[in-house]
Amino acid sequence: MNKFKKFFYSQKAAPYVFVLPFIISFLMFWIYPLCSTITMSFQDIKPTGTEWVGISNFQKLLKDTVFHTAIKNSFQYMILTLVLLIPFPMFFAVLMDSRLVKAKGFWKACLYVPALTSVVISGTLFRLMFSEYPTGQMNVITTALGLGTFKWLKMKATGLGALLLVACWRWTGVNMLYFISGLKAIDTAMYEAADIDGATAWQKFRYVTIPLLKPTTVYVLTISVYAGLAMFMESYMLWAGPDSPNNIGLTIVGYLYKRGITKNQLGYGSAVGIVLLVIALAINIVQLVVNGTLGKEED
Amino acid sequence: MKKKVLATLLTAAMLATTLVGCGGGDAGSAPAADGGAAEAPAADAGSDDGAADDGASEEAPADDAAAAEEEIPTATFGDPNGTHMEMWTFVEIHGQHYGNMVEKWNEQNPDRTIEITCTTYPYADMHTKLLTSLNAGTGAPDICDVEIGQFPNVVAGLDTWLVPQNDTAAPYLDTMVQARMDVYSGSDGNYYGIPYHVGATVMYYNVAAMAEAMGISNDDVIAKIDAVVTWDDYAALGNEYLTALGNPEDKHWTSVDTAGCDWQWIAMAEYGEDWTGGMGGTANVQLESVKKMCTMEQEWVNSGLAMVSPDGHVDLEAGFQNILDHNIVSFPKAMWYMSRFTNYMPEEKGNWYIAKCPVFEAGQKCSVGIGGTGTVVTQQAGDAALASEFLCWAKMSEEGEQLIWDNLGFDVCNTVLWNDDAFAHDDNNQYNQFFINYPYDVLYSIKDDIGTVYTTTISPTINEQMCNVTLNDILENGVSVDEALQAAQDVVDLEQ
Repeated sequence: MNKFKKFFYSQKAAPYVFVLPFIISFLMFWIYPLCSTITMSFQDIKPTGTEWVGISNFQKLLKDTVFHTAIKNSFQYMILTLVLLIPFPMFFAVLMDSRLVKAKGFWKACLYVPALTSVVISGTLFRLMFSEYPTGQMNVITTALGLGTFKWLKMKATGLGALLLVACWRWTGVNMLYFISGLKAIDTAMYEAADIDGATAWQKFRYVTIPLLKPTTVYVLTISVYAGLAMFMESYMLWAGPDSPNNIGLTIVGYLYKRGITKNQLGYGSAVGIVLLVIALAINIVQLVVNGTLGKEED
Repeated sequence: MKKKVLATLLTAAMLATTLVGCGGGDAGSAPAADGGAAEAPAADAGSDDGAADDGASEEAPADDAAAAEEEIPTATFGDPNGTHMEMWTFVEIHGQHYGNMVEKWNEQNPDRTIEITCTTYPYADMHTKLLTSLNAGTGAPDICDVEIGQFPNVVAGLDTWLVPQNDTAAPYLDTMVQARMDVYSGSDGNYYGIPYHVGATVMYYNVAAMAEAMGISNDDVIAKIDAVVTWDDYAALGNEYLTALGNPEDKHWTSVDTAGCDWQWIAMAEYGEDWTGGMGGTANVQLESVKKMCTMEQEWVNSGLAMVSPDGHVDLEAGFQNILDHNIVSFPKAMWYMSRFTNYMPEEKGNWYIAKCPVFEAGQKCSVGIGGTGTVVTQQAGDAALASEFLCWAKMSEEGEQLIWDNLGFDVCNTVLWNDDAFAHDDNNQYNQFFINYPYDVLYSIKDDIGTVYTTTISPTINEQMCNVTLNDILENGVSVDEALQAAQDVVDLEQ
């Protein structure tokens, strides 16, 4: 008992004990799958046996036009979500933090609630809304406006629009919350000083808020790049599966799922996963270096 | 200062990721294939057009949406003291069929009784679970339904995964349609799956709507339909109908599919071609028959004779609605589509007539077996021999075939029954009551004209490319047939 107590009170051992659950789960659910994915990407895994095939999975990826479509789609989606999901939540956060808005709690909750709903349910509802049949919600609206009906989920532009709508509906509230927490941390003395100097509201936003929000913005940017590239559920639910007309809704992870799971080509699927990992890492490292977040000492 | 920001952010991030985890969001599914597997069960609600996955080859997709919203239905039948078996299916009434058959089996075999638990999963979910459990070597059921479009993925495991059923199927083979046994065989020539039906493709005509529009009696319409031999005759009759209707913009003669290959399959069967190249062959989608069919479909869409099926093919909710609205009055589909009429369009009773499909040139075959479910026994079965014997008896014996026709409404594989009066002309059968003519009369009349298109390892790739890209390009985007088929061939070549 004494020994036990001593062990826990020991300044050397205790920290390791406390981080152990994290380390174990990190090793089991992150490092191990990562390593086995790397190994599997060099293999052809068949039910009757596994063989090493060198880099042929990757060579095939270079020629695979469907995979290229998936990459293009994921990139378009990622960039457009960045364009929509950083400025607007930031704007809403500033509004929520200002004295212009009444019943802030209500509005915050309204914007945040979509993040709590299941994508499975909301995706299904959005699919029904964007149905090409004249009774679909969107077609009812466009018909009322005299625009006629559209085959929403069959055309690239409207299909991507539907995906972005789901993304905005779902993530605006979450990103807004990040920005609000960033805003709360800005010292009000800064704004008071700006007032004394006669700064306008825009100048305060431009020269005080934006620079001081930078750590938050960089964080949101980093997770958004990854979330955009790894998007899967939204498109899976919108098109009721990994298949969509002319592959307009196919994403990198959707392709990984299709190859690895539905076609049982785990080796090829792993290669797709590795490519995604490399792309996401590369973009984020470049982005973090450019923003000066990496290699900077905390003050 | 900065630390405070960081601390707030981390807290927010932790909170958000916890919540995202609950919602089954998209964070963190990238690094390994494992992530995908974890996501799979969430896919339930989405499988209502699982048919799009494999185009033509779906048997009961529309049931999936309903299945997903309820709890997973599980039912146990038979003798609790008998040998226990687990059975998975993606269509609940398939499970009930085994339930009925197990009771009969136990009566006839009191010394070898069986208890069977049938579990119905949504389409995509069940196939994913099956592949995962076969890969893992544990957790698979004794008996499992496998949809034909998914069959190549499962049969790839040959006898390391599945039990060959040659011996237990042998007593029934002389009356079975051989082609249906062949489609569920492995590359080693063993039979691994037992079929429910032929899936012979026929033409469905809405006689009542045609008679009303053309101002003639039902019998006159039927005479006109019976006179149709070629696709040209078929198009001419369609034009006659549309002209009588006054060529309204929203009414069409038929609908062509962008998310199903039924039309292409019919064309291939008529010319005796097969884009998979058969077992062990080289796939080629640039076949003369496929080009002819695609060109014809494109012309029909342009002229307004045909529309593009809403959501891609007729075996979906939007397709049923389209038929109920009389936006189309004829279409080709396999005989198993009869159950869609009784289940989803009961108000159409007495309006529809079944006839053989038109051909390009007189004298060609006029039908093809589309869709189907092969039932397999896995190597993980507790008593594989008993499971296999029971399965073959339940699906291929006359008693089994009778229940398949009465309850499931399939065109059974036992050809002897096709012109058996008691079987084919039973007026208590709901399908005989529903349609103007006896479905089995049509089947018997085309018994030598049913072609075969194989489902091989390349089939999922061909179907996927056709249903996602090629047919959309041809029918929706106006791309030329040659160009679209060349692009499809390039994708197919990458896989072989």
